[in-house]
Amino acid sequence: MIRRPALLRDERVLAVLIQVLVAAVAITAVAVGARNVLSDLAANNLAPDLDFLGNTAGFGISEGIRYAEGSDTYGRALQVGLVNTLRIAIAGIVLATPIGVGVALARLSGNPLLVRLAGGYIELMRNTPLLVQLIFWYQGVFLGLPALKDAITVGGGALSVAADAATVTPPILALSQRGAAVPRLLPTGGAGVWLLAVAAGAVAAWVLYRWREAVQRRTGQPARGIIFGLALWAGVALVAWFVVGGAYTVALPAIGRFGYEAGLVLSPEFSALLVGLVVYSAAFIAEVVRGGIQAVSLGQREAARAVGLRQSQVMRLVILPQALRVIVPPLTNQYLNLAKNSSLAIFIGFPDLFQVGLTIGNNTGQFVIITAMMMSVYLAISLATSLLMNLYNRKIRLVER
Amino acid sequence: MHLTLPRWSAALMAAFLVFSSAACGSDTDSVADDAANVADDAGAVDDTDGADAGAEEVAAEPETATESEAPAAADTGVGKLDTVLARGDLSCGVNDQLPGFGSVDSDGEFAGFDVDFCRAIAAAVLGDAEAVTFRPLSSQQRFTALQTGEVDVLVRNTTWTLSRDTQNGLDFGPTTFYDGQGLMARTALGIEELADLDGASICVGSGTTTERNLGDVMREAGVEYTSVTFEGADQVMGSYDSGRCDAVTADLSALVTRKPTMANPDEHEILDMVLSKEPLGPAVLQGDAEWADVVNWVSFGVMQAEEFGIDSGNIGNFMDSDNPEIRRFLGLEDGLGEGLGIGNGFMVDVIEQVGNYSEIYERNLGADTPFDLPRGVNQLWSDGGLLYAPPFR
Repeated sequence: MIRRPALLRDERVLAVLIQVLVAAVAITAVAVGARNVLSDLAANNLAPDLDFLGNTAGFGISEGIRYAEGSDTYGRALQVGLVNTLRIAIAGIVLATPIGVGVALARLSGNPLLVRLAGGYIELMRNTPLLVQLIFWYQGVFLGLPALKDAITVGGGALSVAADAATVTPPILALSQRGAAVPRLLPTGGAGVWLLAVAAGAVAAWVLYRWREAVQRRTGQPARGIIFGLALWAGVALVAWFVVGGAYTVALPAIGRFGYEAGLVLSPEFSALLVGLVVYSAAFIAEVVRGGIQAVSLGQREAARAVGLRQSQVMRLVILPQALRVIVPPLTNQYLNLAKNSSLAIFIGFPDLFQVGLTIGNNTGQFVIITAMMMSVYLAISLATSLLMNLYNRKIRLVER
Repeated sequence: MHLTLPRWSAALMAAFLVFSSAACGSDTDSVADDAANVADDAGAVDDTDGADAGAEEVAAEPETATESEAPAAADTGVGKLDTVLARGDLSCGVNDQLPGFGSVDSDGEFAGFDVDFCRAIAAAVLGDAEAVTFRPLSSQQRFTALQTGEVDVLVRNTTWTLSRDTQNGLDFGPTTFYDGQGLMARTALGIEELADLDGASICVGSGTTTERNLGDVMREAGVEYTSVTFEGADQVMGSYDSGRCDAVTADLSALVTRKPTMANPDEHEILDMVLSKEPLGPAVLQGDAEWADVVNWVSFGVMQAEEFGIDSGNIGNFMDSDNPEIRRFLGLEDGLGEGLGIGNGFMVDVIEQVGNYSEIYERNLGADTPFDLPRGVNQLWSDGGLLYAPPFR
């Protein structure tokens, strides 16, 4: 018969006991801290409560979803800031990724000019502070553009405040201190139907692509699945466009008394923040991608070439699938950094969550609540990004057979 | 059975541990005291209990703190005045981007109207106008800096409003400068009334009353505009100057003092309209009446000195004055300073080292400065202005 050890020498008891102790210490520390904060705030008549979110905000926000500063509440103002943050983060991730991959491939290309250019770009971006870069982009580049009346235009006549706008051919792109004006697509009544058709076309194209892949695998002959798929998709989109009689009309930039009045206007603040974040993050992403590709052993490339795959196929079918496993975890970090770095927007006047939140804190004195709310929102954004990337990582990880 | 027994016993031990520390901790140290209160609250969920505990803490702190002379304890209970006296130095929150009111001059020294009020408070409390540590603060940082005790007093062109007085936990001193909000635009635009600004972009500082007044005024006038907001005055004016906005709004005094620093001052005009009342003055943290009294009466004293005609040059002539009001004011009779907890001759230090209101004004904003800002309503009441100090008696 096995003798049971003494209670306090039983590893299982000890393990539980230590965990309970650690948890108790942690909870007590947090509770004492929270209590001190609350009692100090109460002593200064700053007891936190959430009622202020329902008060009228009364300050203007330069851009974002619909918001009337006269009647909308602090809560709504926070939403505007949140949407602006998400807008920057998503656009930044979408743009920085292909640029980063492109720079990485350039650095690995073997072409001495490309290699040096890409290397120089990466070193310059990685080794200067992001805030300095953002202020350079905003003050130096976007506010350094010509004044509104001398806007740089592409296609169409020059916009001029003095001239009658109707007599000037509207341009496709107009750049000035007031931002970049580009054509805006205005949906017509058939836009919904057309979008449905495009979605259906995408599904059909995917099915076609999988079928051609299967044929290629069976016969060993190239079946051009990608070309067939894209052609089908484009065909469906084109036919549907004519069937609904045009899904979108184009509104070209036109000038008013104080700025562009038609078209889509990207503010200098948004543009500078987006360009700054993308150019900065792309350098880090390029290094992550380069590291991932170089982690695939040379033998893999040689073997792929030996069985007769083309250079592009080697990359797509052999190198990238293996490199992605190495790339995705650090790439996730870069995405999180980009999203969090967007809070530097405050220094160039872009109304993101942080800027709006600080203003609300200043107006209401509820800094503790506002800060806690902002931290939880950034945390939620980061965790959501992380979750998506982890799911993707699980999908592409090495499957042991 | 094997697994359940240890878990159950561990839970029991944990519970015992928490309760024993709660019970014996209450008379040893304050952290454990708090833990005990947490435990109490968890059991009873009683708000008043918590509030009482807080009050006890405040009441109990000074005894222990005076013995240890720990400045860190100031935030919780010791009066700010004692803290400043013990530290021998005043921490004053100022603007560093508003020439004339608070900025760093060519010698690297802080200078300006607000800065001189910091010096006056230091002279009154510590007898030395140079015993000030200036903390440059942005408009967004200023209230947190005061709330966290990072600065003892905020003299940073801050507008006195009801919500700041209450929700932000501040106490405002007397208004030292009566300002109003104005607009500046390019002359070429030919703006004559608010409606001419329909569709315009307007640069404004974030987290300011200016920002909210603009919203109010424009809503009232039914004018659509885009507000482009920045943290610091340098950014607001710089962005306007470089052409980002059609107009810029700030306190009129700021517009006047900023205009000469722009690239082409002649191309801009300050519009002939006043959007709001902006009473600017010192602010301290709410709930420290002793310290608030000191700040208030020093500010009033500077005004009263002008009313008496006492300035840094002629104060020597007044030291043997027969006028009982002046004798009380300069601490020669009655000991008014003792009531404030500072030296009786506090106004002598202030006037000798900093000067009276008129001297402060002329030095920073007057005709000999690039700003040449007329005093307007910022004159003594006896000259038709709004400056009125209560009696020193």
